[in-house]
Amino acid sequence: MQNMIRTWFKSGLPWVWLNAAAVALCLVMVIAVLGLVVVRGVGHFWPSSVQEYSYIEDNGSIKSLIGEHVDSSVMTAAMAISSGHKMTKDEDALVQYLVKTGNRDLIGTDFRWILQRNIKTQQEPEDLMVIERREWGNFYGRLVSVKENGRVIATGEQAWPVAQEKLDKALLIFKEIVRLEKKEIGAVNYQLERLRLKQRKLEIDHQWNAEAEKDLASEKVVYDEQYKKYQVQLAELYQKVRQDSLIAKIDNGSELEVTFAKIVKIYQPNAMNFFQRIGYFFGKAHEFLTDDPRESNTEGGIFPAIFGTIMMVIMMSIIVTPFGVIAAVYLREYAKQGFITRLIRIAVNNLAGVPSIVYGVFGLGFFVYILGGNIDKLFFPEAAPAPVYGTPGLLWASITLALLTLPVVIVSTEEGLSRIPKSIREGSLALGATKFETLWQTVLPMASPAMMTGLILAVARAAGEVAPLMLVGVVKLAPTLPLDGNFPFLHLDRKFMHLGFHIYDVGFQSPNVEAARPLVYATSLLLVLVILGLNLSAIIIRNRLREKYRALEG
Amino acid sequence: MENSSNQYYQQWRLIKDSMARYGVIAGGMGVIVAVVMIFFYLLYVVFPLFLPATAKPVGVYEMPEKSAGKTLLLDMEEQNEVAARFTDSGQVVFFDVATGKTIQQQAVAIPAGAKILSFSQGSPINEGAVVYGLSDGRAVVVKHQYDVSYPNNKRVITPSLMYPLGEKALVLDEGGKPIEQISAQISEQVSTIISKSATEIRVTSLEKEQSLFADEATLNRTDAQISVPSEGVADILVDKEGQNLYVASSNGRVAFYDISDKSSPVLKQAQNVLEKGQQITSVAFLNGDLSLMIGDSTGLVSQWTIVRESSGRSLMQKIRSFKVSDKAVVAIKGEQRRKGFLIVDAIGNIGIYHSTSEKKLINKHVSDNLLSVALAPRANALLMQSGDGKIHFWHVDNEHPEVSFKSLWQEVWYESYPKPDYIWQSSASNNDFEPKYSLIPLVFGTMKAAFYAMLVAMPLALMSAIYTAYFMAPSMRQVVKPAIEIMGALPTVILGFLAGLWLAPYIEEHLAGLFSFIIIVPLIVMLFSFAWQFMPRDIIEKYADGWDGALLIPVILIAGWFALSVSVPLEALFFNGSLREWFKNELGIGYDQRNALVVGIAMGFAVIPTIFSIAEDAIFSVPKHLTIGSLALGATPWQTMYKIVLLTASPGIFSAVMIGFGRAVGETMIVLMATGNTPVMDLSVFQGMRTLAANIAVEMPESEVDSSHYRILFLAALVLFAFTFVFNTLAEVIRQRLREKYSSL
Repeated sequence: MQNMIRTWFKSGLPWVWLNAAAVALCLVMVIAVLGLVVVRGVGHFWPSSVQEYSYIEDNGSIKSLIGEHVDSSVMTAAMAISSGHKMTKDEDALVQYLVKTGNRDLIGTDFRWILQRNIKTQQEPEDLMVIERREWGNFYGRLVSVKENGRVIATGEQAWPVAQEKLDKALLIFKEIVRLEKKEIGAVNYQLERLRLKQRKLEIDHQWNAEAEKDLASEKVVYDEQYKKYQVQLAELYQKVRQDSLIAKIDNGSELEVTFAKIVKIYQPNAMNFFQRIGYFFGKAHEFLTDDPRESNTEGGIFPAIFGTIMMVIMMSIIVTPFGVIAAVYLREYAKQGFITRLIRIAVNNLAGVPSIVYGVFGLGFFVYILGGNIDKLFFPEAAPAPVYGTPGLLWASITLALLTLPVVIVSTEEGLSRIPKSIREGSLALGATKFETLWQTVLPMASPAMMTGLILAVARAAGEVAPLMLVGVVKLAPTLPLDGNFPFLHLDRKFMHLGFHIYDVGFQSPNVEAARPLVYATSLLLVLVILGLNLSAIIIRNRLREKYRALEG
Repeated sequence: MENSSNQYYQQWRLIKDSMARYGVIAGGMGVIVAVVMIFFYLLYVVFPLFLPATAKPVGVYEMPEKSAGKTLLLDMEEQNEVAARFTDSGQVVFFDVATGKTIQQQAVAIPAGAKILSFSQGSPINEGAVVYGLSDGRAVVVKHQYDVSYPNNKRVITPSLMYPLGEKALVLDEGGKPIEQISAQISEQVSTIISKSATEIRVTSLEKEQSLFADEATLNRTDAQISVPSEGVADILVDKEGQNLYVASSNGRVAFYDISDKSSPVLKQAQNVLEKGQQITSVAFLNGDLSLMIGDSTGLVSQWTIVRESSGRSLMQKIRSFKVSDKAVVAIKGEQRRKGFLIVDAIGNIGIYHSTSEKKLINKHVSDNLLSVALAPRANALLMQSGDGKIHFWHVDNEHPEVSFKSLWQEVWYESYPKPDYIWQSSASNNDFEPKYSLIPLVFGTMKAAFYAMLVAMPLALMSAIYTAYFMAPSMRQVVKPAIEIMGALPTVILGFLAGLWLAPYIEEHLAGLFSFIIIVPLIVMLFSFAWQFMPRDIIEKYADGWDGALLIPVILIAGWFALSVSVPLEALFFNGSLREWFKNELGIGYDQRNALVVGIAMGFAVIPTIFSIAEDAIFSVPKHLTIGSLALGATPWQTMYKIVLLTASPGIFSAVMIGFGRAVGETMIVLMATGNTPVMDLSVFQGMRTLAANIAVEMPESEVDSSHYRILFLAALVLFAFTFVFNTLAEVIRQRLREKYSSL
């Protein structure tokens, strides 16, 4: 036996197996991380059932407790004792449940750890109701009655359908309110600000006279009129949406009146069948993708972050593609391989290797303060002291990330160019084409999938990058999108929201991390899907390309 | 006709061709330009930190209103436009700083018949209060203040006098003994006046009590006496909190009293601060009133601060000293916003120093005899009165005194600290805070994070690379390589988020599980592989040729599960049920939830693909004839691997490790989210850290543009840039060499 082990070691096989184990472990880690994100992310949209516990409090009294079971923790007896729990001799572990009890406005917190050993009974009654509110987080309890103008119109069994009907109506009105506030009044405010800047500009140019004043005043009157009109409409709508309310009872028996204006969604998860749950799942996913965030980003959707990321990535692509392609063309087609190309390759590698935060610092100092500050001085003196381009914004973020992703495009394009057989270029040149024509009409079109690969990888990199963006333009909550209906439509100076930063901000800076966690997982899932999708498509394109050229060479 | 258009067309083609050529060349060079520009821009922002300070005269004029008496104090307001001259006859002359023209002359309400015997500036100095001690045992407190208004868009500064404790002189000593020395601390609520007569030192505290109904406030007065030291009193200072009182006698003895209880001052310590035979010639507080600057007759200025000793006693401690010249120090003035100070010696030399950085910033001769000096509130101008009755107005350009090689990279003894230390603490809410800009804790944190990340990443990545490049079946390699490379595409913000909110609590709960995983999994893998030989032939053959790696995935999963579940009883058996507690109790190692271990694993995960990808390429492209030759001579595959392949590919592997290290050093989001970001210097794997990159991300958004803090953050970025530049360039050069070598083989 001993001999056998010795020869086995001598053959080197154990080391090979250990190396194989390293690969396997890496793969397990990748799959585990992806799996974790997928499971937790998808869980955010699934309607989990609501429990009603009858729970023995520390003082011995028995209380009813309503909430969602979120997490469990198992502690060994020693750990439990060291963290201050009383344990009896025969217990060797302490099991705790984290329950989301909601009703933050009534009891102060959203979550509560309860001890499994103190749970007397646990049920899932069908009449338990969850209300997603615009403020104060979720509500858990039972529906008592529905009121219209302060008068009870339905109680008991009938209340549920009536409540839903009322909510649908309120949501419609609310949609209109949001449209008025965001779009119409936003546009009026934008125009008023434009007039103010126009006046200031005329003053600076010493052209502010009675005539100009009259012109501006007449314009202003129109907008003021509009503004008043919208205000009246809004007041009416608010009046209407606040009329109806529902009365609900929480676990300790006290009642709460909630107006439908404050409600986003009501549902009875325990009463849902599988298909209703699926319906809820997709409804929630749709809301997540298309709605604005609520409650300081911890609830609602992430539409502005998706939109901001896409805008930034598009801007970045427009900037990085030509530069990256030109540099790659130089390296492959024009430069003599020698000292200069070595230098450029070193430069490219350094661009790829410099920590991304350094790009952020450079972008902030150079683009924002120097370039932006001077643009403001030259073109926007009327806005001073408020900066226009002299502050972090979409444009600077895009340029900074373009610089960051430049090496990705260069390397990928260069690889594509190097795979194009020499015979094609020589053929073109032999037919009398100039070098530029050869490049433009044969080489570049053939290399276009490679450029595409580079661009996709650059986009994937930019979509996931956060550190530099924190310095050059991303904010936790942007009041307006960088693209809207007001001339000039695309506002490059605006700050924007970003998926990656959203994860960091909500996960680590928000006041209620525990409540926000599912949303962060869902955002992560989206980001991972986008980035994996982009990378996989880049790999597929690259592989196709390689095969194509292999065929050409053959 | 057609010919000529054709000719033009041909020319146009050639023009296009050469335009494209230049355009492309410019584009190619642009990449170099970008790198160089980043470097030089960072340098450009950092550079002013190391520029010397300058001071230059801008005006000399006659002292205004000579007839008003001798100067007790010169002072300037915020904008350096209006100055005030307090005279020994109780007059205040406000004059224009640029020209010396009198703007206003006001008399302080000194009661008739009383003479001014003593005078001092009230603490805190930037509030502008002064106190006069009179010959009849009374005192007057007056404040000079400046209103700024903008009539016709022009700034106009109007000076005025105000009496914070009432216009009536305060009776300090009922017996009417003359007040020989006086000092005061003036604030909205509580003011303390220290007065010294021939027989006693009196501490008078006045607390304003706002009555509910009347606008008028009554003053609640407490008095206490301290005996006069036998050596006499040269100067009395009270700090701006009214807590500590210092009584200095000229022979070098300084007594320090705790007067937080105003009715009973406690002598904490009396100590000789000078060598024998020397005399204290000037004493002043540094901004914040935590340090005492004591100037002596030999031109030495030493900084003393109150340090809480480990026994809990507070004692005065000398933390550093400055040699100005061989002549006696006649005046010391602290800056009002920084820890800098101005020193004047007996022959009219001025020096501006900074205490934290120990830098001598300015050293100039002004005039042979300087009677009075004023340092502007922003420390950007000087006003000095020379013995010949002239006033000198100087501009000072001294933007970054707090930065020196020592303050960035060496141990510094900060105010109120028991010993010199490396500390990063860049900002606080108040103005008198001493910024602590030691980069060492950050560099240490960076290295610590990178070290643990490499500890995780290097073995895994290199072993994976070896197996994937050399032993794995090609068809499996085509799947595995992209799969691991996709790891690298995962946004670090997601890894950081998972590390901070999922992995950190998980490891905290399953610390023993992690350790048992590290030990048990390799053992089980070895056992499995040993047992594998005894499997039936046909099964072995089915998985031969590099598919055996796939078999290990379920093995690792099962082994991992086994390791985790066996860890609980093991922990109970050997570590009293909690490894974490055991570490704390038995070894004294504290546990921080977000620590280097979590960062190591998360960042290791992020670095693995980088190292793997490059190392795998290097190993894979080792020319085949080398390995085939080796195998043909009878070497086992493993011998071929580590004697031929690894040796040949070692430069490539080395460059892979370097690039991975560079990545770990610069990584921001993971460390930002997976550590507590406290800049501590603790090697323990269970403690957190703050890295250079995370520090920039945290502090840059709130740093004021062009301030020292801003430039130091740029310096941190420059350090990161330079560091990764060296590593990447080296790695790239090695790789280029390697490529040449392979092609020649």
